Amino acid sequence: MTPELGQLALVLAFLLAIAQGVLPLVGAWRGNRALMAVARPAAAGQAVFVAMAFGILVYAFLHFDFSVQYVADNSNLALPWYYRIAAVWGAHEGSLLLWILILNLWTVALAALSHRLPEAFAARVIGVMGLIAIGFLAFILFTSDPFVRLLPMPADGGDLNPVLQDPGMTFHPPVLYMGYVGFSVAFAFSIAALLGGEVEQAWVRWARPWTNAAWGFLTLGIVAGSWWAYAELGWGGWWFWDPVENASFMPWLVGAALIHAQAITEKRGGLRAWTLLLSIFAFSLSLLGTFLVRSGVLTSVHAFASDPRRGVFILIFLTIVVGGSLLLYALRAPKVAGGKPFNVVSRETALLIGNLLLATASAMVLLGTLFPLIGDALHLGRISVGPPYFGLLFPLLMAPVVALLPFGPFLHWGKAEGGVLKQVALRAGVAAAACAIVAAFFVQGQLRAIVGVASAVWIATGVLLYALKRWREVPSGRRYPAEMAGMLLAHLGVGVFVIGVLLSESLSVTHDVRLAPGQTESVAGYDFRFDGVHRTVGPNWHADQGVVTMLRDGATVTTMRPQKRTYSHEQIQTESAVDAGVFRDLYVALGEPMDANNIEGAWALRLYYKPFIRWIWGGGLLMMLGGFVCAGDRRFRIKRIAAEAAMPVATVSARESAA
Amino acid sequence: MKRFVPLIVFMTLVGLFGFGIWWNTWHDARYVPSPLIDKPAPDFALPKLDAPDQTVTKASLLGKPYLLNVFGSWCVACAEEHPVLMTDGRQLGVAVVGYDYKDAPDDAKAWLHDRGNPYDLVIADQPGRTAIDFGVYGAPESFLIDAKGVIRYKHIGPLTPEVIAQELQPAIAAVKREAP
Amino acid sequence: MKSRALLLAALLAFAGHALAATGAIEPLPFKDHAQEVRFQNLTRQLRCMVCQNEDLADSNADLARDLRLEVFQLMQQGKTDAQIKQYLVDRYSDFVLYDPPLQPGTWLLWFGPLAILLAGGLVVVVTVRRRRVVAGTNERNMANTERAGTDPADAGDDW
Repeated sequence: MTPELGQLALVLAFLLAIAQGVLPLVGAWRGNRALMAVARPAAAGQAVFVAMAFGILVYAFLHFDFSVQYVADNSNLALPWYYRIAAVWGAHEGSLLLWILILNLWTVALAALSHRLPEAFAARVIGVMGLIAIGFLAFILFTSDPFVRLLPMPADGGDLNPVLQDPGMTFHPPVLYMGYVGFSVAFAFSIAALLGGEVEQAWVRWARPWTNAAWGFLTLGIVAGSWWAYAELGWGGWWFWDPVENASFMPWLVGAALIHAQAITEKRGGLRAWTLLLSIFAFSLSLLGTFLVRSGVLTSVHAFASDPRRGVFILIFLTIVVGGSLLLYALRAPKVAGGKPFNVVSRETALLIGNLLLATASAMVLLGTLFPLIGDALHLGRISVGPPYFGLLFPLLMAPVVALLPFGPFLHWGKAEGGVLKQVALRAGVAAAACAIVAAFFVQGQLRAIVGVASAVWIATGVLLYALKRWREVPSGRRYPAEMAGMLLAHLGVGVFVIGVLLSESLSVTHDVRLAPGQTESVAGYDFRFDGVHRTVGPNWHADQGVVTMLRDGATVTTMRPQKRTYSHEQIQTESAVDAGVFRDLYVALGEPMDANNIEGAWALRLYYKPFIRWIWGGGLLMMLGGFVCAGDRRFRIKRIAAEAAMPVATVSARESAA
Repeated sequence: MKRFVPLIVFMTLVGLFGFGIWWNTWHDARYVPSPLIDKPAPDFALPKLDAPDQTVTKASLLGKPYLLNVFGSWCVACAEEHPVLMTDGRQLGVAVVGYDYKDAPDDAKAWLHDRGNPYDLVIADQPGRTAIDFGVYGAPESFLIDAKGVIRYKHIGPLTPEVIAQELQPAIAAVKREAP
Repeated sequence: MKSRALLLAALLAFAGHALAATGAIEPLPFKDHAQEVRFQNLTRQLRCMVCQNEDLADSNADLARDLRLEVFQLMQQGKTDAQIKQYLVDRYSDFVLYDPPLQPGTWLLWFGPLAILLAGGLVVVVTVRRRRVVAGTNERNMANTERAGTDPADAGDDW
């Protein structure tokens, strides 16, 4: 299992990617079936070689092969095996390999599940996936080889960034990449449609489950990252509007818009050009995120070590892929607006407004993220754009979305009746107002908290009313098709998220205190008793561990153990202690000892009381679930079988002529 | 033509990113220009490093231009800069005032003793309070202050022979032309 | 301590969070809880000059510590948030503000999203109106597109 084999596997994968990217496209263009047939075996072969390279890197980490530079940089003898596996994607080169592996997984899944697509179309889709793979494999081979040798071999390695030595963080990157890369499928579908010339309504139906699944993964990845930041960093924050977070949020917003645009195009035939464009945008923004994180163009919290050469490479790649796609779009997008007509009051209009707001929000995030760079370019001086900017504009843009949400399912395609809508508005409005008034007594008059309760109830009532309507009016078994159930879950998730954000933001109590052992501090009705700090050791760290007993009305609720760990190379990492609850989190982070030489004395501690914070991730998980449930709708699969009915004729006649 | 809008917007972004890569290859991302350039230097009263009972004030240094060099014995980049100050620093034609920033006096004295003292005068700001008025955010930093007490030029990061020749010397020449 | 922090910063180019992950926790003698909340909110809107990817509230850099203390003292002197921000801007430039002030140079930043929203809104209005015109006048076109909807898989609920 020498690393050189890994390199060789990558070279072979690269060659297969070229075959996969070029031959099927030529075949589809020329009508050459032999060339089109290259697509699937090439994709499978490429996946095998990439998996091999990945396996070899994992093996090198598991066997402490410090003769590999990347292994030596990111692991050491004391690192537990599970973090040695996580270390594979702990830095630039390996995470890029993971990116490629996941791209291959999606391609293989696509190749396996696309047998019912028209032959030329499937060949084009897989071909486009191959073109993307060419770019990334070239990137890893020419600028970021994870198998570079380090001679002489050091006795021990460096360390995996302690920040990443956490269960939540180990699976955050793979899931996030599943989302990023998943958008490549919708992208490939739309490029194939553009290349094919005729943009049929059917391609959107095929693309929909893929888009929903990718969006579900991206949601989970973002939730995991946010949860990790909250649990690990000791700031009690869950979102920082950092450039890298924004890089994952932009494709998420566009993906949400795309899911809805695809629904219009699939069911009504309209907005084809817009759906195509959004498909291109969603994946382009994923690529852009990769560029921003790895090129060092922006100052960011979790940016990879920057290297201008890599930046130039990705920029060229980005220009070819995105520029090429947009050029194709400009030349070949359907010129005539097709689809069924619709009224001003209709689901189409509502979805269009939602799309507009989501797309604008994404553009706003892009503008805010890049503005410091624009400032440099236009000599406006060094400028910072951060939470106050995004935190002001984003809610403004999303408020109309929240206002529209309850009506969504009630709006008919084409033409909606005003009566039903008024009824929904009345009921949801009354419910929201009633809950807001009740809430006002509990939240010390905090306006944001009241607004949070009202908006969440507004959304949830809409969702429940529609669920109820279906329950009453539709025979069982057909009440909640997966696509609709997914939609309801995701919308409910938005409500849960909103209440989580606004309640936790407005009602949280943060208190920095200096406590000697035995002293007690009271926060939001809970007494935190500091019982001192002692030393403790883990597999590859030692730590000062505080013991904080939490009491309510004199009775012990729980004991919390916040840590301050020291890893090898003197890297320090805090582990906050969180007592989780549905309605509140209690959270303790350990600061510094008042006297550095006496850890048994007084310490600085940060105590948090965070009501409803868990609802933020709960809402995110509901949205994710909605995406997955929707992707699993049988309708998308039945359609494929229906499409198949036309296919056997061609296959049979081909077989006959061969015989 | 409408369909070319996304492409045009994207190509503008590519231009911006290209600029970003190019810009970052020769700019320190951490460099933030000081708003104090061409403004009067803040008033200060700081003790001398080697004679803490004597206070140096802004007023006491008026009348002649000088270079205020912020350093600390804890500062890695300052050690890098030090040899340059020892050679080129002597030939600037203005006084060089050392500003010992957030440092234990004994550490600073030992540092200067071991490596040589490039300064005509060293003032100490152990709490770092005055440094906030100067907008110091990292050491080493160098301020060129003219005879009237106005900050004319600031360099962040170690002074190198190139920086001295290309930026500092012309700034000193300009200051001297006005108030010989 | 400081040199170690610098070294760490260099080592941790990948994820600068780690530096701050040591926590910037320091109890200050606030007058009351309201002042502590105000302090937390204000320092979150200010950027640390040393660890530039962190806000002043969370940064563990020495200078951030000094500046937090400065902010605290200015609060005790009765300065408003705006005055405290101005105090820091005078010394460190607009870079310390996470919400850049509105001035000709930042019009694009502050009004850009609005412009995009308006332009997009115009497109939406035009699209909706055009589709409605089709609905009113062009029956043939409507019948044409209707064909796609007769697919059995589409049938069932109109939702």
